[in-house]
Amino acid sequence: MTTGTMTTTTTRDRPVRVERRHHLAGTWQLVRLALRRDRIVLPIWVLVLGLMASAGAGAYETLYPTQAERESLTAVMANNPSVSLIYGPAYDLSTAGGFTAWRYGTLVATFLALACIFTMTRHTRQEEDTGRHELLASAVVGRYAALTASVIVAGLGSLATGLLITVSLMGAGLPAAGSVAFGASTALVGFVFIGIAAIAVQLAEYSRTANGIASAVLGAAFIVRAVGDASADGSWLSWLSPIGWATRVRAFADERWWVLALLVAAAVVLTGAGYFLLPKRDVGMSLIPARPGPAAAAPGLRSPFALAWRLHRGALIGWTVGFALMGAMYGSLAAGIGDIIGDSEQSRQMFERLGGADALVDAFIGMTALMVAMIASLYAVQSTLRMRAEESAVRVEPLLATRVSRLGWAASHLVFPLLGTALLLAVAGFCTGLLHGLRVGDVGGQLPSVLGATMAQLPAVWVVAGLAVALFGFLPKAATAAWAVAAAFVLLSMFGPILQLNQAVLNVSPFQHVPNLPAAEFTATPLVWLTVLAVAFTGAGLAAFRRRDIG
Amino acid sequence: MDNAISVTGLHKSFGRTKALDGLDLSVATGEVHGFLGPNGSGKSTTVRVLLGLLHADRGTVRLLGGDPWRDAANLHRRLAYVPGDVNLWPNLSGGEVIDLLGRLRGGLDQKRRAELVERFELDPRKKGRTYSKGNRQKVAIVAALASRVELLIMDEPTAGLDPLMEATFQETIQEEREQGRTVLLSSHILAEVEALCDRVSIIRNGRTVETGTLAQLRHLTRTSISAELAGPPNGLSTLENVHDLKVEGNHVRFDVETAALDRVLKQLTEVGVRSLTSQPPTLEELFLRHYTDDRAVARK
Repeated sequence: MTTGTMTTTTTRDRPVRVERRHHLAGTWQLVRLALRRDRIVLPIWVLVLGLMASAGAGAYETLYPTQAERESLTAVMANNPSVSLIYGPAYDLSTAGGFTAWRYGTLVATFLALACIFTMTRHTRQEEDTGRHELLASAVVGRYAALTASVIVAGLGSLATGLLITVSLMGAGLPAAGSVAFGASTALVGFVFIGIAAIAVQLAEYSRTANGIASAVLGAAFIVRAVGDASADGSWLSWLSPIGWATRVRAFADERWWVLALLVAAAVVLTGAGYFLLPKRDVGMSLIPARPGPAAAAPGLRSPFALAWRLHRGALIGWTVGFALMGAMYGSLAAGIGDIIGDSEQSRQMFERLGGADALVDAFIGMTALMVAMIASLYAVQSTLRMRAEESAVRVEPLLATRVSRLGWAASHLVFPLLGTALLLAVAGFCTGLLHGLRVGDVGGQLPSVLGATMAQLPAVWVVAGLAVALFGFLPKAATAAWAVAAAFVLLSMFGPILQLNQAVLNVSPFQHVPNLPAAEFTATPLVWLTVLAVAFTGAGLAAFRRRDIG
Repeated sequence: MDNAISVTGLHKSFGRTKALDGLDLSVATGEVHGFLGPNGSGKSTTVRVLLGLLHADRGTVRLLGGDPWRDAANLHRRLAYVPGDVNLWPNLSGGEVIDLLGRLRGGLDQKRRAELVERFELDPRKKGRTYSKGNRQKVAIVAALASRVELLIMDEPTAGLDPLMEATFQETIQEEREQGRTVLLSSHILAEVEALCDRVSIIRNGRTVETGTLAQLRHLTRTSISAELAGPPNGLSTLENVHDLKVEGNHVRFDVETAALDRVLKQLTEVGVRSLTSQPPTLEELFLRHYTDDRAVARK
């Protein structure tokens, strides 16, 4: 309607330009609003992600002072697929820069992508979801203004992170070319996922779904890269993943600048697709239309748990499929590890020192179990915080105004962080064990051993869930801090040992206490303690929830 | 008659904000009780304390003979609640929500459900956010009214309903009253309260300022009188309790406090009355007075 009045009141030679400008009307105000809303979160992720790498670079000199140590580092790490699985390919670990790019490149890029996805949905779909966008859209705000503002804000975040990486690495005395390559490739991964999120928010009707779609793409990109980097014959797989491209820029190891063009092209095409899809739908609606539901509830929908199942079902199924795929890929890789080690005399000697082929495979399976558990702890946080989301959306009150008790309601949700995580670990462990067993022709022996190694991680995952429940009970307004807790544990377990942190600090992470099966001997004591802790946290959180105000 | 709800001296603060400051409320069993107050006066906070969702800082609260904080789940079998801001689950249809809430309350009258869905012209197959605000409200209203409960607690239930649906809502509340149910109806829509309620409590800044039947409350307020007199009025302006006097020749128009009505009428008949119209105060005026007094105090 307003478009019409605008074009008719403009002179004849300018309508197109004015209309286009009109579509972006209010963008600047929305950018300022978004920056105002993100004034704490945005600087935090820029600082943490921007400075993480240079902190690691500083540690390199002290950790590996001699040339001999550095050379053996390259030989050991570059040839160990269980390490490449997580960190990506090691091109040159004999310099601080090469080490830093290898150790932090994949991870910083992945976290930046996640931050970009959340920022994008927060300022687009979530605004429509809550109806706030309607309020803004009724003011002079163009059709593309919200999307453009989010792209600008998330883009600024990516750019700032990339710049901070470059500047801080150069400040640590690393070569300029590599620092620029590292910063640019990381920032561009952020831009690629800004594009993916721009599409996801057009497809899904709810911000939760949009986050899910974009995060699933990120997860797939990570796993595809992991498999490509860890396998001898499948390294081409890494070229299918934007995160794989970032590592293939080879920062500090004979940079390949043209790979950056791939990232730029992907970011432009994906963001453009988001803009293309936007006018194809109505405000508040999605491209995947909502279908009408049943006029009456099925007989089974009569308990708080039945409702919780409906609310968690989609996410749990998605996570389970993801864990099955992840387990299957790791399982099919494990036995081939020996092949990648290489034939040189030096690496064969090292191989023997490490305990031979079996020990290497065991280490790989132990690493896989740890990875699976860390990812499962993210599901534990997500499903626990669903309670807080329900509370904030004022959907708990009508339920608690029936004969549903607070504990009954909470328990129906906690089935998912407690038993759902067990299901995820079991599925991943089963698939890893089955495929590994099939490959080495020993399903009967390998399946229980791998499954056991994975399930042993469950108490550590429960501790994360318990902490999330405690936050929900005691500090409901700060419940999202549970994400920070989970992230801190993951970072501690992944980077703590390499930074040679004090054991007391490392011990903060529950994952540090799980016996590294199948290589290590099984001891039940730490698992019992972790379970006791998890129960204590959960119990305290629930007791607090029972006593506090709702809302 | 025993009370379905009795609240005395209720205090509740959120941080430094005082939401309730010594609120009293009593709702007799079987009555429709209007709970009136401007936005932010503490109506929803009171309702949430009554439901055991918030813990009272001070004061006593009895609901259906029990303590709503301790016996929440048990008491909730006997009541139904319509929130002021209804949020539905995105992936559940309206019909599913009605059935779920009904079952969680302990049963649903299927005949009544079907009848209400029809009367409120609700499409129960739609999902979550595809409902407008008014339609979300209808989902909660149907779910509450189709439950066989003693007490209905409704927090501004008609916000978002169109006038036609508001009329339907009033009909259904009349039916509930005939069934002997107790209703607590919080509202700032005065016509609704006037049409439905036996008694009214008015709150402001977390405190009850008036409570009683509409008749009782009216005696606290003014009557508007417009009269054509036989001669020029004299002495009216000197009378106490007469407000906003306007004289045009032999025509007078003024507001008078109910206590002074008798004296004022004597004064008028002395001059001779040709015609006279009087209007009882609407709840609007009554409400406005409490509200503007409050503003006047705040200004000082």
